[in-house]
Amino acid sequence: MTLMRTTGAPRRLPRALGSAAAGIGLALFAGAPAALAAGPTPAKGDVAWMAISTILVLAMSIPGLALFYGGLVRTKNMLSVLTQVFAIVCLAAMIWVCYGYSLAFTDGGSLNSFVGGFSKSFLSGITPESTAGTFSNGVVIPELIYMAFQMTFACITPALIVGAFAERVRFPALLVFVGLWLTFIYFPMAHMVWYWAGPDAVAAAARELAAATTETAKAAAQAKLDAVNADAGMLFKWGALDFAGGTVVHINAGIAGFVGCLIIGKRIGYGRELMAPHSLTMTMIGASLLWLGWFGFNAGSNLEATGGAALAFVNTFVATAAAALAWMFVEWAFKGKASLLGLVSGAVAGLVAITPAAGFAGPMGSIILGLVAGVVCFFFCTTVKNTFGYDDTADVFGVHCIGGIVGAIATGVLVAPALGGVGLVDYAANPGTASPATYVMATQVWAQIKAVLFTIVFSGVGSAILFKLVDLVIGLRVSVEEEREGLDISDHGERAYNY
Amino acid sequence: MEELGPTDIMADTPACRATSNRGKAMKIVMAIIKPFKLEEVRDALTSLGVHGLTVTEVKGYGRQRGHTEIYRGAEYAVSFLPKIKIEVAVPSAMVEATVEAIAGAARTGQIGDGKIFVTAIEKALRIRTGETDEDAL
Repeated sequence: MTLMRTTGAPRRLPRALGSAAAGIGLALFAGAPAALAAGPTPAKGDVAWMAISTILVLAMSIPGLALFYGGLVRTKNMLSVLTQVFAIVCLAAMIWVCYGYSLAFTDGGSLNSFVGGFSKSFLSGITPESTAGTFSNGVVIPELIYMAFQMTFACITPALIVGAFAERVRFPALLVFVGLWLTFIYFPMAHMVWYWAGPDAVAAAARELAAATTETAKAAAQAKLDAVNADAGMLFKWGALDFAGGTVVHINAGIAGFVGCLIIGKRIGYGRELMAPHSLTMTMIGASLLWLGWFGFNAGSNLEATGGAALAFVNTFVATAAAALAWMFVEWAFKGKASLLGLVSGAVAGLVAITPAAGFAGPMGSIILGLVAGVVCFFFCTTVKNTFGYDDTADVFGVHCIGGIVGAIATGVLVAPALGGVGLVDYAANPGTASPATYVMATQVWAQIKAVLFTIVFSGVGSAILFKLVDLVIGLRVSVEEEREGLDISDHGERAYNY
Repeated sequence: MEELGPTDIMADTPACRATSNRGKAMKIVMAIIKPFKLEEVRDALTSLGVHGLTVTEVKGYGRQRGHTEIYRGAEYAVSFLPKIKIEVAVPSAMVEATVEAIAGAARTGQIGDGKIFVTAIEKALRIRTGETDEDAL
């Protein structure tokens, strides 16, 4: 029974392996190879891959996301969107190294199911020699590059939100909101989904159990394995799979943006005045940079330069292309023309949907997922949005939240080996190797649905409270005159274009 | 702004001709044309000996219908179409030739070809030399 708890363990992001974890295994296995005695050292290829992935994910935010959103707003607000995204990236990076990384990826003691602690605040104790575990036993990467890679996720997630209420939010209020949102929503979400003890800790405890001969030793070893398995975030322990951030990044940001656009309200003149995107050229460049950077986001989330990274890489390619075509054709059929905005919106919807499934699904499954996501997101960004009349400027809800939900639930299906997926792994059954674990589709899909529902409620309610708080204390919305003039001049004293 | 066919050009009407023959000796010929016709109009005016031209990018509508733009779920009826406005100041004696040249060059026969208006000039002055009226043109 105890071993079963590790089955279906999400294969993402073990916490940094302390030397203590390695020590347990070594103490018990005096005959272990000498090479192990010094602990695993990072492979140069893995370090290089993770450094490149980190840069790619940064490029998704700036300039990718900034241009993607910026092109969608009117000329008078272009610079404000660019400024908001750039400032949020910088602010998130500062908060991440101060306490964000620690809250996301350390043991939170009695609150460990929900959030980490402050033991690595200001990167305390992290040196160039510190290592973080991966998804393979005995394979580590430098903790600094792991921390930096995770930092880029904390940078882009709050930046995704601004698209929902662009053209009317006050800059100082936005910065305060982002600081609060990262602290109370994002870091706990990242911890709950991605924090676990890592494959080596599981293997060490499982070896100890196997080596135990007496009843008392067995009971003690079993307790230790239980403790290792329990040392993880709540959604991880539910068995929810999220390879690169379908729940943590996209549903999380998508629902926060949705709540934000409802609380802040519609733009003046929404539905009556012309609010056409000021430059779909910029939007196309931004979307293309998002796609490019997303290879780092998804394939980098494999944490090693292996075949697993290659699978995520290919899935990121084909799901995106399929979703772009799906949106284009369905819009062509229902609206009469194939549009560039439809094509690039479909691409982003595909990228969002493949994110949780990137390392789990097979390429053909990914194509199906992309096609479904393209159609469903089109429906939400056109029919549903117009029916309910909410003013989600850049369709953060319709693309990120809905695409994230489609992807997160589909991950539970597409991981099935029968459908070309990689299946689930068990690190305890055969300590030291990642063995296949039993996969039951209904169980897995239910775990996925639970994770989706939890994220929507946690982030939706939490974000609403934070938005209301910031609105009361600072005021979320610019004045009518400032909105008419445009945020470029009113908030920043500059124009995006002078010609 | 009502759309006029080429045969309705104001300068060709007797009333307009009468206007152009009295009072000041200069006129402004202002034409709204299709943007892609600008080069042909410029060539026609140059061959007439017209030495200066002011061009403005404008938007407007007449009888020509607009179009619908769709951005994801948002549909906009765009009724203002991009046009080019040219203004040329000429001595009254040249008005008819100028109007004919513009009308001839800008005409496609399709709806939306534009209009030409002629108005009187009270006074003209070349800033560099201080020359006035016809000498300034």
